[in-house]
Amino acid sequence: MGMSTRGKVGWLIATLLVLVWSLFPVFSILMTSFKTQDGLFSGTLLPPEWTFENYAEILAPGGSAQDLFLPALRNSIGISLISTFIAVVLATFCAYAIARLDFRGKKLILTSALAVSVFPVVSIVTPLFNLWRSVGLYDTWAGLIIPYLSLTLPISIWTLSAFFRQIPWELEQAAQVDGATPFVAFRKAVVPLAAPGVFTSAIIAFFIAWNDFVYGISLTSTTAARPVPAALSFFTGASQFEEPTGAISAAAIVVTVPVVVVVLIFQRRIVSGLTQGAVKG
Amino acid sequence: MASITLDNVVKTYPDGFTAVRGVDLDIADGEFVILVGPSGCGKSTLLRMIVGLEDITEGELRIGDEVVNDKAPRDRNLAMVFQNYALYPHLTVYENIAFPLRLNKGEFTDTEIDERVRNASALLELDEHLERKPANLSGGQRQRVAMGRAIVRNAQAFLFDEPLSNLDAKLRGQMRTEIARLQRNLGTTTVYVTHDQTEAMTLGDRVAVLRRGELQQVASPRGLYEQPTNLFVAGFIGSPPMNFLPAKVEGDSLRLPTFEVPMDDRLKRAVGDRDVLIVGVRPDAFEDTDIMQETKEGLTFEVEVDVTEWLGEVLYAYVPFEASSEVNKQLEELDRDLDGESMRPQLVVALDATSQVRAGDVAELWLSPDSLYVFDPETGENLTRDEATAEKLEEEARDQRARALERAKQRREKARTQEGSAA
Ligand SMILES: Nc1ncnc2c1ncn2[C@@H]1O[C@H](COP(=O)(O)OP(=O)(O)OP(=O)(O)O)[C@@H](O)[C@H]1O
Ligand SMILES: [Mg+2]
Repeated sequence: MGMSTRGKVGWLIATLLVLVWSLFPVFSILMTSFKTQDGLFSGTLLPPEWTFENYAEILAPGGSAQDLFLPALRNSIGISLISTFIAVVLATFCAYAIARLDFRGKKLILTSALAVSVFPVVSIVTPLFNLWRSVGLYDTWAGLIIPYLSLTLPISIWTLSAFFRQIPWELEQAAQVDGATPFVAFRKAVVPLAAPGVFTSAIIAFFIAWNDFVYGISLTSTTAARPVPAALSFFTGASQFEEPTGAISAAAIVVTVPVVVVVLIFQRRIVSGLTQGAVKG
Repeated sequence: MASITLDNVVKTYPDGFTAVRGVDLDIADGEFVILVGPSGCGKSTLLRMIVGLEDITEGELRIGDEVVNDKAPRDRNLAMVFQNYALYPHLTVYENIAFPLRLNKGEFTDTEIDERVRNASALLELDEHLERKPANLSGGQRQRVAMGRAIVRNAQAFLFDEPLSNLDAKLRGQMRTEIARLQRNLGTTTVYVTHDQTEAMTLGDRVAVLRRGELQQVASPRGLYEQPTNLFVAGFIGSPPMNFLPAKVEGDSLRLPTFEVPMDDRLKRAVGDRDVLIVGVRPDAFEDTDIMQETKEGLTFEVEVDVTEWLGEVLYAYVPFEASSEVNKQLEELDRDLDGESMRPQLVVALDATSQVRAGDVAELWLSPDSLYVFDPETGENLTRDEATAEKLEEEARDQRARALERAKQRREKARTQEGSAA
């Protein structure tokens, strides 16, 4: 399929614009994280003087923000991974049922999942705060995992059931005719096709939990459960005359890296269209 | 390899719909049987019951001498090619074909698997595609991979569910001959579902015609074409389909919308004491008197031609006629059963391509009364069916089949001895 040269140039320009638009802030933060305290006010994009002291501050032993940042990083990773895992496992069962079985209330599940996911977070955070305090979930991992599930489950159910519906389930029967037991047929013919969908929704769920701020700041009070986005707001400068901008930027870069790595690793697995070629059409 | 026997097999789906209503069918070892019928008549259901993907509500299914009603698909050892191929998209062509072999752990060594896969791929000309994924193959290639997966193990029988329906016309023709050749060479019992006329007529030793879950007739293609048991089979087999005309008995002749037929003994016997009938004529029974070489005995009559279609090897002329009301209901119902959409009653006439008849002409046509079929308007039964001729046709078909199988066997043996001497 040939695209005209003009069309190509048009696409190129549009792509570049979008790239600059979305990557410039990240680049600016990256540069800020290498600036010295004085360099922060230089007004230039690139640091006049390169330094790693911001990273040392949040990561190295004895750094001023280290005891704030490292526990938060641990909390973020743990809480996000657990809520992703639970969401994906539950959503897989749910979506499988929605895609494969005919039962009453199928529509109800999908619509209520949608309704839950559009519910504004800020409107439930205050009641949740009071409730968590009285049942002892305040400032615990579980106290964050549970509300995160309310965000990650609906979206996982939706992505997965859309994905499962496209799987040619006839393959399961084909495998049985080829001599497989029902379980082997499922494992060898269906699981490999469902895997990319599961990865995709896992990544989406992970991002949602990883990026949350409102629950993170409202339902925690100490480093016991406080995740990174909330912890950043507690950063202070080395002295009261110093801005914590450099340290915050460094922390922002540190929490961005795993996300980028995860996406790059799973990029090939997310590619949809793996189901192509099973059937004609 | 084995025979397949269906004994009064019934399928009622959980929603209460009975898709197959008591089918009896004996498929001999090595036979190629076609299941044909309009959409929704239960062909796939029947096939899926044979392969074990659908429970049998009533009746008995035997493979060889063994009743298999309650056996899981994997214990029946049948190979199936699905309508949409159902290839495993995450596996290469090689692994797709090897899939059934790998499932039986321990039965085949890796070298055996490799040998079998390469044999199958050579037979199907897939050698250069073995490392590719199904998504990158053309429709015909995918179809061949599906066939490869079926033939790679020693299945007792092959089951095909409209394997060619997704291909374009040219490829379909190619694959059709391919399948016929393959089946002759392997000599494996085969059940093939289709609703394509040509496939039904060219591929099978015998064709089973289904209508609304009931078997109408099982016969050789020629037997179906020349001696259909009823209106439905007559209308279903043949393309363009048989013309059906309402007929009234008037004294010693049959009054049809466009012409009158004096009844000879054969027709008189068929008609009996009925006065309203349905008469069937194949389009190619007519000839244009202008280009007839010699005068033959028969009827000649004039018709007004509405539309003509010249296709190179044949000329179709369409002759509209007034429908009488008495048999309309029956004909309309038949039309629905055949998925037809004929808007108004018209006679389709297939003439020699050299005919000069064109739209708007008044043409003189010739027709032999021997080529007329007479059907009972109530039951649809073919009153002109001749059991003796039908039996003779079946016998001929059996003989031809036996000869073809014998030749295939000889070829196989010859190939084997050649291989032996070469080694
Ligand atoms: N799972 C099911 N539940 C209920 N009814 C069904 C089911 N599957 C098929 N049927 C019905 O059984 C009848 C026969 O279906 P089947 O698929 O065997 O038709 P077919 O002859 O293969 O048609 P086609 O040529 O369109 O493939 C149809 O009327 C269909 O509606
Ligand atoms: Mg079907």
